[in-house]
Amino acid sequence: MKKISLKTLVKASQIIGMTAIAAGVSIANAEDDTIKVGVLHSLSGTMAISETTLKDTVLMMIEEQNKKGGLLGKQLEPVVVDPASNWPLFAEKTRELLAKEDVDVIFGCWTSVSRKSVLPVIEELNGLMFYPVQYEGEESSYNVFYTGAAPNQQAIPAVDYLMNDLEVERWVLAGTDYVYPRTTNKILESYLKSKGVDEKDIMINYTPFGHSDWQTIVSDVKKFGGEGKKTAVVSTINGDANVPFYKELANQGINAEDIPVVAFSVGEEELSGFDTKPLVGHLAAWNYFQSAESEENDAFIEQWHAFTKDENRVTNDPMEATYIGFEMWTKAVEKAGTTDVDKVEAAMIGIEVPNLTGGTAVMNENHHLSKPVLIGEIQEDGQFEIVWATDAEVKGDAWTDFLPESKNLISDWTSPVNCGNYNTVTKSCGGAVAGE
Amino acid sequence: MFSLFKQIGVMLLICMPLMAQAAEPQPYKEDQASSAVATSELYELSQQLIDAGYREKQALVETLVEINDPQTLKFLQVMVNGDLYYRKDDRVIVINEDDAITIFFTGESITLENKRDIKKISVNNKLRTLLRGGIARLQIFSNNLELRKQAATNLLKSADDLDEATLQLAVEKEKNADVQEILSLVQGIRWLEADDEKQRLAGVELLSGSLYPDVRGALANYVRAAEADERSTEVAAAKKALDKIEAMLTANAVVENLYFGLALGAVLLLAAIGLAITFGVMGVINMAHGEMIMLGAYTTYMVQQLMPEHMGVSLVVSIPAAFLISGLVGIAIERGVIRHLYGRPLETLLATFGISLILQQAVRSIFGPLNRDVGTPDWMAGTFMINPALELTYNRLYIIIFSLLVLAVLALILKRTLFGLQMRAVTMNRPMASSMGIRTGWVDALTFGLGSGIAGIAGVALSQLTNVGPNMGQAYIIDSFMVVVFGGVGNLWGTLVGAMSLGVMNKLLEPWAGAVVAKILMLVFIILFIQKRPRGLFALKGRAADMG
Repeated sequence: MKKISLKTLVKASQIIGMTAIAAGVSIANAEDDTIKVGVLHSLSGTMAISETTLKDTVLMMIEEQNKKGGLLGKQLEPVVVDPASNWPLFAEKTRELLAKEDVDVIFGCWTSVSRKSVLPVIEELNGLMFYPVQYEGEESSYNVFYTGAAPNQQAIPAVDYLMNDLEVERWVLAGTDYVYPRTTNKILESYLKSKGVDEKDIMINYTPFGHSDWQTIVSDVKKFGGEGKKTAVVSTINGDANVPFYKELANQGINAEDIPVVAFSVGEEELSGFDTKPLVGHLAAWNYFQSAESEENDAFIEQWHAFTKDENRVTNDPMEATYIGFEMWTKAVEKAGTTDVDKVEAAMIGIEVPNLTGGTAVMNENHHLSKPVLIGEIQEDGQFEIVWATDAEVKGDAWTDFLPESKNLISDWTSPVNCGNYNTVTKSCGGAVAGE
Repeated sequence: MFSLFKQIGVMLLICMPLMAQAAEPQPYKEDQASSAVATSELYELSQQLIDAGYREKQALVETLVEINDPQTLKFLQVMVNGDLYYRKDDRVIVINEDDAITIFFTGESITLENKRDIKKISVNNKLRTLLRGGIARLQIFSNNLELRKQAATNLLKSADDLDEATLQLAVEKEKNADVQEILSLVQGIRWLEADDEKQRLAGVELLSGSLYPDVRGALANYVRAAEADERSTEVAAAKKALDKIEAMLTANAVVENLYFGLALGAVLLLAAIGLAITFGVMGVINMAHGEMIMLGAYTTYMVQQLMPEHMGVSLVVSIPAAFLISGLVGIAIERGVIRHLYGRPLETLLATFGISLILQQAVRSIFGPLNRDVGTPDWMAGTFMINPALELTYNRLYIIIFSLLVLAVLALILKRTLFGLQMRAVTMNRPMASSMGIRTGWVDALTFGLGSGIAGIAGVALSQLTNVGPNMGQAYIIDSFMVVVFGGVGNLWGTLVGAMSLGVMNKLLEPWAGAVVAKILMLVFIILFIQKRPRGLFALKGRAADMG
């Protein structure tokens, strides 16, 4: 009795599966006149605060593209899903987008843990994703294009600026306790030591997500900074924990002239609707600031204000990264004449798109961008004043040179290497091979 | 030719604000006569500033602070505040204070057609440090005590800014003991770099025992320099001075840590008092408690939006408003849902968890997912200075006082009012209370409303410390349960002691274990403690305990 029922069950499921596939095909055929764009950003939960903006950016870009007549003569159709700041759900939603909705490209993710959760699915189903946020590097997937900054495009130049221009000798590396800050701080620690900074002059501190009681840490920083050497805080504190952190800094009377804080996760969005008067002079390192002066940027801001119907909405770096990623993808699709993932991937490399800050962003063979690096100081109006910029575009480095385990690794998705983690010493590919 | 006229006109016009400024005593009075020349120098420099990059600006500002001109001080102040702009088409220097534009050299106000007509003369941290040094130098003889003190404190950071003679004059002329002490410290820091060993040692002597962070920094630098040059007597003297400072700092750090602990305890207490009623007295496992806090915080935001001009008043008005709103929502939840689930704790837990999600999403739909900025009135900012190394932040100080006040009022309500009596009666013996004519249903509703309302009040206080967003309640729900269980269910006194001891314990652990591990250790401690004393610190005795 039991056996029979199991058999029927298997059969039934096979039939269901086959009809589903057939249905999928028919749907795909029926809607062949549109190109589907998946949007995988959290619209609820802790990350909603940051990611909702990116969803709107993608929608704005799609609307704009459709006004221009779409792509390859077809209209773009957004498919928005909500992974709800729930990391495993990111994988499920990716599968839904690729297998059920059959999207041609995905724009999505913010935190590194969500990206790590998406990776196996997107590689298995050979999808295409654009990841728009600065991250810790040490990764390069055939199916992902990284339009945010790698550590050498944000953290390292920022530290160089502090060291050379502000003559900082003592370092506090403060971060939220998860993969991005931990890896970035590991890289920075090894970089600082390579520059001759003493172990005693580095203080590392981690706090949980959403930490709100900063009294002890700020007071420790104050003491650490009171030993005669110029001290700076390098902050990889993520999300809204930054607000109470900066409030406490101001309350305990630490200003930017004494101990500057340079942040990698604080942009215009995080500062909007926040009294920035006590924060004036603290720094942030990004590849884009809203205050950048260029025609492209003015147009982008205007478009954003029109789309959101709100004159006060700010723009930020991940938005620019989304913009660049989207523009690059449309160019690559036009160049390839198809939305087929392998062909678009090949077409992507070498594509150039104007930056919003002036200059040109180029997609490299390692799926990372070449972009300028900017340092800005927080102003009273919540905007950043650009006080320093790299002379030329910096090429994103997927595998940092400052960690022993990744020193010899490179990523190159063009022939003959075709590998995301190629060891230049042993001349072998460590996995993640293309064309699986 | 035209520009020359303009320049002369500008120079004539300056004379008026010059008179107004004359009240401020200047250190270099002797050459006031040359001020017309100096002004053109100031004017020239200001024009150069427009086009300069940051490195050039640095050099310009270094000359700027040397200019002996009555308007220099004003120029420096406007610049350091980031209010210095210029008009793009004719390069006129203007002041932009909250969108009120005045021309710097004439004081004439102008209106702009387009905001983009003027551009900021930007400053960075380096420039700000230089400018503040310059301002300090000019203000050290000011008539205003506060300004003098500020100037003296700024000089600690840049002791070289003032020449020896002027500094000596300032020390001698100073009547206020505090400022004089700071100024003599500035002197001490200067002496550390003197050529004469005796003077250097005198400097060390002067600095010994001072708690100003800049003094400690200067001494540490001096020790490093002396060690490098192998000046052993000086190293010994300076190290002794530093050790003395370190010892004093350690003592201060203990007090400071205790204060941090009490401040954290006050936050825990505020978050937990409401739960001490709903969970402690009524026994309802209310997972939506955090959302009541969140509603209170959003109420504060709403009230502030209604009266943006009166930040301080709005905060006071928010307290009853938040109590009412959270309380009413609490009563609605009790009447609508919890009432039907008494005696079924698991179902209550699930139902209230569901409610908490509904409330979060409702707030997210109405206000959006972004955090809301709740302003902090000026009297909540800043620190209460006990000594230069021990400063108590005002916002935490007020919250400690506020939390104790809330607890006291609640205790009064429970002990001294009819409602409190009825509430206690219902908790102790429901059938008996009911047969005495107490409407137990309504007492339940009001009790739950009271607990929720107090959570709302906690939201008002927390809006001053942390982010106001749809998720803010989640951060406090676990802490609140922790405090109530640890302190003893159904006991307000236990909640107070529980909150404060958890707060202090957390802060004592944090410096050596880090924030993450400290939190874990706390949880482990509570689990072990509950094993030993399942009813918490202050267990209720007698019949109520059996019913619990």
